[in-house]
Amino acid sequence: MVPWFACSAAIMFVAGLYISFFVAPTDVQQSEAYRIMFIHVPVSILSMFIYLVMAGYAALGLIFNTRLSSMMASALAPTGALLAFLSLWTGALWGKPMWGAWWVWDARLTSELILLFLYLGFIALHASIDDPRRADRASALLAILGSVNVPIIYFSVQWWNTLHQGASVKLTGTSMHVAMQQGMYTMMLAVWLYAITISLIRVRSIILERESKAQWVSELMEIKR
Amino acid sequence: MNKLSLIGLLSIMIRRDLVLAMRRRADVVTTLIFFVIVVSLFPLGVGPEADMLRNMAPGVIWVAALLASMLSLGRLFSADHLDGTLEQMLLVPQSLSVLVLAKILAHWMVSGLPLVIMAPVLGLQFDMTAQSIGVLIIALLLGTPTLSMIGAVGAALTLGLRGGGALVSLLVLPLCIPVLIFGAGAVEAVISGTSVSSHLSLLGALLVMALAFTPWVTALALRISME
Repeated sequence: MVPWFACSAAIMFVAGLYISFFVAPTDVQQSEAYRIMFIHVPVSILSMFIYLVMAGYAALGLIFNTRLSSMMASALAPTGALLAFLSLWTGALWGKPMWGAWWVWDARLTSELILLFLYLGFIALHASIDDPRRADRASALLAILGSVNVPIIYFSVQWWNTLHQGASVKLTGTSMHVAMQQGMYTMMLAVWLYAITISLIRVRSIILERESKAQWVSELMEIKR
Repeated sequence: MNKLSLIGLLSIMIRRDLVLAMRRRADVVTTLIFFVIVVSLFPLGVGPEADMLRNMAPGVIWVAALLASMLSLGRLFSADHLDGTLEQMLLVPQSLSVLVLAKILAHWMVSGLPLVIMAPVLGLQFDMTAQSIGVLIIALLLGTPTLSMIGAVGAALTLGLRGGGALVSLLVLPLCIPVLIFGAGAVEAVISGTSVSSHLSLLGALLVMALAFTPWVTALALRISME
């Protein structure tokens, strides 16, 4: 499945970047600088969503003691951390021309920063426990505890009066130009496919690493050679 | 043998931990002195202008309290873990959550409560008004137990790991940020003359939520760490 997702992610990235740079019109208020939105929005949404998926997998692993779901959780964490970091970074690049500051202590920015710390804590806890089963279960507990933060990030623009703008796309209609929307959806799909690809690759190597003593691994073509 | 009631168990555990803490008084005092020193470093670092210090005081005191409570977290379970008492505790017929709650409460009494008592003196150092010192104490009283409870989860998760001290801070500090924001926010509200009650209610809500969930989660984490 990996090549399929990888290829479609690449195609979507190219298409999304084309639309976002050449097709989408210039924004009235923000001129050209708004174009960073095409990276910023998908990356931010995914960083939150991956945390929920990770916590979900971790919970499955904790409750039903399934090994694969814990492996999925630990495979998703680095991708999520990367996306959270990218979201902060592109946000800073966007904030500089718009708000005149790289960083403001606004509710959404702060809670996204906490999300990054939670990812890093998850990875650090997992890495510092030698027994993989105990590592899975301990970090699963942490992931579930941390998932309280995700709704806080999501609703922070509504709960607090902040500098960060609210969502332009809602279920009921939108305030955005059609080409902008297309660009954003394409980029969203591209980031989705990228995240799936990378996590599948990572979970494959985690499985191989953990099962390296199992017979089926030693019978694999790649290992025999 | 008759089973102990939960309240009986709770009070026995609290008394045991308090006695143990009193036998090793130096540990308690170290945390307190750490708190005082960290707070006292700020005026030396940023300069002694009274106006600036007054505005900074709530944040500084809260951050120092947070760090001091991190410092003492390592002791929460490690001594019992080393001499094997913790394994016996996992085997008692009563709920482990209650035992954990007792340990957390005792830990708060020896590490959190002294900070709350010391805070007004430090507030005077920062030239805070009597009213804002009062709110600071209430906020600390509501907030520091929450810090101990969230910290207990981290302490249980990292039990017996190498580099546990730094790791526990990495895990716990992000989760403590809401307490810090509302705790310092309450005092700042007094200074700027807006309503305090919303911040204090949120702190209370956090405390109640932590009280309901963290002993249970900590007990789960202990079982994972001890298997």
